[in-house]
Amino acid sequence: MKLTVDQLHITLDRSPILHGVSVEARKGDIVGLVGPNGSGESTLLRAVYRSLRPVDGVVRVGEDDVWTLSARAAARRTAAVLQDATGNTTGLTVTEIVALGRAPHHGLLGRDGTEDHRAVEDAIDHCGVRPYADRDYASLSGGERQRVLLARALAQSAQLLVLDELTNHLDIRARFELLDLIRATGITTLAVLHDLDLAARLCDHLAVLHEGAVVAAGPVLEVLTPGILRDVFGVRASAERHADGVIRITYAAQPLARDETAAPEPAAR
Amino acid sequence: MIVAISIGAVNVPLDDVWVIVLHHVTGVGAAPSDPALDQIVWNFRTPRVVLAAPVGAALAVSGAVLQTVVSNPLADPIVLGFSYGATLGAVLVITLGGGAALAGLGVSAAAFIGAVVAGAPVFVLGQRRGRLAPTRLVLAGVAVGYVFLSATSFVQLQATPTELRTVMFWMLGSVSGAHWDQLPTVAVVVLVTTALLTLFGRRLNVLLAGDESATALGVDVNRLRAVLLVLSALLTGTVIAVAVAVAVAGSIGFVGLMIPHLVRLTTGADHRRLLPLTALLGSVYLVLVDLLSRTLNRPNELPLGILTALLGAPFFLWLLRHNKGLD
Repeated sequence: MKLTVDQLHITLDRSPILHGVSVEARKGDIVGLVGPNGSGESTLLRAVYRSLRPVDGVVRVGEDDVWTLSARAAARRTAAVLQDATGNTTGLTVTEIVALGRAPHHGLLGRDGTEDHRAVEDAIDHCGVRPYADRDYASLSGGERQRVLLARALAQSAQLLVLDELTNHLDIRARFELLDLIRATGITTLAVLHDLDLAARLCDHLAVLHEGAVVAAGPVLEVLTPGILRDVFGVRASAERHADGVIRITYAAQPLARDETAAPEPAAR
Repeated sequence: MIVAISIGAVNVPLDDVWVIVLHHVTGVGAAPSDPALDQIVWNFRTPRVVLAAPVGAALAVSGAVLQTVVSNPLADPIVLGFSYGATLGAVLVITLGGGAALAGLGVSAAAFIGAVVAGAPVFVLGQRRGRLAPTRLVLAGVAVGYVFLSATSFVQLQATPTELRTVMFWMLGSVSGAHWDQLPTVAVVVLVTTALLTLFGRRLNVLLAGDESATALGVDVNRLRAVLLVLSALLTGTVIAVAVAVAVAGSIGFVGLMIPHLVRLTTGADHRRLLPLTALLGSVYLVLVDLLSRTLNRPNELPLGILTALLGAPFFLWLLRHNKGLD
C-alpha cells in the first residue's frame, strides 16, 4: 500500500519539529529516512503510525488520511517496530509477543481464530524465530528480539511497515539478516536508519531530513552526493555503486572540522 | 473455606460447620442443635470468610492491572497513593459520623471517592509530555500518599478515643466486622469488574509492549489508561476494586503486590490468564491470612495488615533483587 506524506507540520511542546515535510513511498518501495540525530525522523514516523496529530498537512496510507481512520483500522494498515523505552514484557513468551500483532483485528469480545493462528505462525516462520518460539522474550539476545518484533509487525497483516532503527546495537551479521528479512516481505516500508551504508543497502529511495525539513529525496545515489554528505552529515565522503551492485560509502580519513560544515550542531532531542 | 470457618477462638467440628452452612444455604437438613454454635458459624465466621475471598481477589487483581497500566512491577494501590486516599475518606466519615458503623456503606463510598481523589493527581503529575513516565508516577504516588497520610493523622488527632479505636482497627485491616448485608455488593462488584478487566486482557497485553508500540498496535493508550483507571471506574474496576477492598477490610497491604507476581512467575504474563488466576489466588490467600490472624494469637486477633506486611515485605525485597525488568 502506498504512503503519501504531504506538507506535514508537527509541533511538540510548542516547538516546531517538522516544517512542511513531504515523503512518498510507492507500493512495494523501501524508503529510508536518514539524517543527523534530532532532525525529526522519529517524529515523522510517529505521525505515520498515528501517534502524533499534525498541526497541518496529511499522512495518507493507501488513499485515506490516517486520522480519518480509527486507531485500530490504522493499525491494520500500518505496523511499526520502534525503539520503545517504556513497557515491560517480562513474562511473555515469543509466541505471545508475536500474537500481540493480532490486537488490531479484535474488539473487546474478539477471540483468536484460525486466521489469527495462521498469521502468527507464518510470521514466526518468516522471521526464523521458531527455535525459540516458546522462550521468554526477556531471555533473548538483541538480534533475536528484533526478529521477534519484526514477526509481531508481520502478524499484524499490515501493508505498510514502519521501522525505527531496527538494527541498532546489533552485530553486523544480525543486521544483514534483518535487512534480508525486510526485503523478503515485499511490504512497502519506511525505515529510519542512522547507518548510511545499511540505508544504501536496504533502500530503493532515501529522504534526507535536516532540521525538520526534507533536503534531498530520490534514488540512493542521487541523494548521497558529496555535497549532502558534507553539508548535512558533516563528513567528507562519497557513495559509489561497486562491481557487486552494492552501494558503499567511502569516508575520508579526516572528518570535517565543525566550522567547515554548513550544518549546525545537532539539536538536542 | 469450610475449614477456615471451623477454626477460630472456639473450634467448631467440621461436621457441624457443614450441617449449619448447608442448613442455611439450602434449607435442607435439621436445624442446628446448638444455637450458640449456629450464631458463631453463620453470623460471625461465615460472613468474614466469605467476604475475605472477594476482598483478596479485588486487591490482587487491582495490583496486577496497576502494574501493567503504569509499566511498573512494583506498583500497587499503596505505592500509587490510592490506599491513603481511601483511608482519609473512610477516616473522615468515621470521625465526622461520630464513630459510624464499621465498614458501613457510607465508609465504603467515602473510601472509593478518596481513592479517586488521590489517584487523579497522581496520574496527572506522573505524566511527561502527555505520556506516562513510570518513575515520575511512582514518585508522585508516594508524595500524594504522604499528603493524604498526614491529613489522616491530623483527623485522627481531632478524634475521640472511641472513634480512634475504630479508626485504628479499620486502618490496619480486618474483615472481622463482616456482615451478611455487605456481601452481595462486594461480591457483585468484584466479579463484574474482574470479568470486565479480563475482557481488556488483550489490550493490557499490548500495553506491555510500551506506549508507542501499543499505539502502533491500534490501542489508544491514554484513553485505555483513563478508561482503566479513572473515568470508567464501574466498567474497569481497578480503582473501585481497590476502594471496595480497602473500604470493607482496611488497607491490607502487599496482597496486590505479592499475588500478581506469584502468578506471573508461574503461569506467565498474559492477562487473559493472569487476571482470573490472580483473583482466585488472591481470595485463597486472604482467607488463609484471615484464618491465621484469628488463630495465631488466640483468642485475640492480629489485624491483617500486620500479617500481610510480615509476609509481603520479604517478598518485596526478593522481587527487587531478582526482577530483570527493573533495570
